[in-house]
Amino acid sequence: MTSTLMDDVMLSIGKTENTEKGDYIIEVKNLKKYYPIKKGLLSKAAGYVKAIDGVSFKIKRGTTMGLVGESGCGKTTVGKTILRLTDKTEGEVYFDGIPIFELDRKNLRKLRPRIQIIFQDPYSSLSPRLPVGEIIGEAVKDNNIVPKEEYDDYITKIMLDCGLQPYHKDRYPHEFSGGQRQRICIARAIALKPEFIVCDEPVSALDVSIQAQIINLLKDLQEKYKLTYLFISHDLSVVEHISDTVGVMYLGNLVEFADKESIFRNPLHPYTKALFSAIPIPDPDVKMKRIILEGSIPSPANPPSGCKFHTRCHECMEICKKVPPREIEVEKGHMVVCHLYDKEVAK
Amino acid sequence: MENNGNRKTGILSSIATKRQIKKVNYISAREARQIAKENKKIMMQYEKLYNRKNVPEEEYRTLMRDPNNVVEIDNLHTYFFTDIGVVKAVNGVSFDIPKGKTVGVVGESGCGKSVTSLAIMQLLQRPLGQIVSGEIRFDAGDFVYNIAKTPAERMQKIRGNKMAMIFQEPMTSLNPVFRIGEQVDEAIMLHNPQLSKEEVKARTIQMLEMVGIANSQGVYKMFPHELSGGMRQRVMIAMALSCEPRLIIADEPTTALDVTIQAQILDLLRNLKEKINSSIMLITHDLGVIAEMADYVVVMYAGKVIEKGTAKDVFHNPAHPYTIGLMNSKPVVGKRVEKLYSIPGNVPNPINMPNYCYFRDRCDKRFKACDGEYPPEFRLNENHTVSCYLYSQEKEARK
Repeated sequence: MTSTLMDDVMLSIGKTENTEKGDYIIEVKNLKKYYPIKKGLLSKAAGYVKAIDGVSFKIKRGTTMGLVGESGCGKTTVGKTILRLTDKTEGEVYFDGIPIFELDRKNLRKLRPRIQIIFQDPYSSLSPRLPVGEIIGEAVKDNNIVPKEEYDDYITKIMLDCGLQPYHKDRYPHEFSGGQRQRICIARAIALKPEFIVCDEPVSALDVSIQAQIINLLKDLQEKYKLTYLFISHDLSVVEHISDTVGVMYLGNLVEFADKESIFRNPLHPYTKALFSAIPIPDPDVKMKRIILEGSIPSPANPPSGCKFHTRCHECMEICKKVPPREIEVEKGHMVVCHLYDKEVAK
Repeated sequence: MENNGNRKTGILSSIATKRQIKKVNYISAREARQIAKENKKIMMQYEKLYNRKNVPEEEYRTLMRDPNNVVEIDNLHTYFFTDIGVVKAVNGVSFDIPKGKTVGVVGESGCGKSVTSLAIMQLLQRPLGQIVSGEIRFDAGDFVYNIAKTPAERMQKIRGNKMAMIFQEPMTSLNPVFRIGEQVDEAIMLHNPQLSKEEVKARTIQMLEMVGIANSQGVYKMFPHELSGGMRQRVMIAMALSCEPRLIIADEPTTALDVTIQAQILDLLRNLKEKINSSIMLITHDLGVIAEMADYVVVMYAGKVIEKGTAKDVFHNPAHPYTIGLMNSKPVVGKRVEKLYSIPGNVPNPINMPNYCYFRDRCDKRFKACDGEYPPEFRLNENHTVSCYLYSQEKEARK
């Protein structure tokens, strides 16, 4: 009894600590995650893969933030670390004012239902041995989301919300197509009444026509349950459709962060420009002037000095090779990390 | 063969009707055994034909209908004889690939686009997959082959030489235990036995340079794991182009790559096509890639071509409801829509295809005529054809 009381106190203390509580649901401050490269007999760390190297952003309640970048730039690691599915190296993450990395096991478990994740591959993220009703309901039972007598109705309601039929409850995942499996994954996350969901490439394994169904479903659910999404994807057109704010990552760093409108209308960072110009447009008459980046993304174990993008940048200056750029607010809410927009460098 | 096919479908359809009566979605072990036994008989017959020695040339020599085409596919049927029934992966596909042009084939997974390309290369998984009927005419320059009847040994001389393929996954299609140089050398050596080792190596390095690999001498000695995805795909392209093929089949060449790398590879393919003057059959599910690369577009659905025409025709005046739906369901950068259009339902089960239009159950424009048999091709203009009753000329059919 006392322990639960203590927990509540702990959680409420966490809440009051942050003054901006309520406005922003997620706050990431200078988050770093290094994976050691182990070598030798005693598996000493010979170096580090800098998967995330100082990322900060905030997500407003009820909005969607899109996170784009090439493979290997650390987008998925950001998603996982925010939920504390892996440990951080440095930095802090606040969920609703609660510092996630300072919670102990018990309190973390209490918090878990409020933060959920939808994985990329619906084929490997569902247990093949559990019927669908159980997959969706398991965590509901564990966390006492609804009273026992309402349990069955609640699962049915969630399944209907996600476009599944109640008679699907007793079937197993292998009986479903990719799109329907993704619906099951979504239902499983939604069933816990979460406030924040990390969607890690939820549509990239699906066909175009099924993609549209899932994107529409995610949008409908957001409206209905007032959800906040972190939408990780490499497909820029999907991100543009679903997000309110967009962050562009390159090699473990956020290089540009802005509202959807301002970033798509006026991309500032050379990398963002190249990324946007690379999107193929389904119209044979449009001939885009394309910026083609040379080479591929450098290894995060041994990133270039100065600005990490300077090896592939078209507008590379001398300073870029030596000094890492600062974060500059060009317009209100439009951040870019590039020397080109730094007035002091221009001088 | 035709007879056999009919008998086979007869038995299967009787099983199918039984199943419908019982309203279950599984088949019993007895049924499965019966189907497997029947299928084995048919497969053996095809295999026997295929494995004959000393096939006379007349059997697979044909003539092109139009000398400007490299490939003409005529009413191709490719079936897979599985233990749960016959999967009609390609069910009556016809289109042409003109010389020096790019033909894009679009469709969702399982629509038969990859199987069509594998049939052209005769790379279908035997004995399960068989070309049941139809013709694929391939103009190899001095000889016109009917690929469906060409024996294996003859095929080996064409494959990799006159026609080449770029696969989807560069990670898995390169052999991890051989150096890049050896793998490209092999293709050149096999088809040009008169070349000496030095000449072969010089050619390989020239090919690697052509696909934009700067450090070609170094890459020649590397293993595939030392290269990034984009570089591996370049090696695959170099390998495909090494014998100056007349036809390149690119099966989702950029799906496994990032957008920036995709732009590089598409740019490379476009430039190379101008240099070597071969035709490309580009298979993808990305409409953006097709719009950028293709001169002609073929839209496939459930093993049939539902619409084909020039890229301009298909993108500006899409005719078939499925094509329209496909285009609307993809979000486009710069185009705001509140809600994406989504095609309801799923692709029908490939075993037991209905005998009406395969898209009818998902179509929002269906009308009475759609209950009839599968719609024939209606011609909208010289190049643009569509299989949908909406474009039928007969007035009664439209009611």
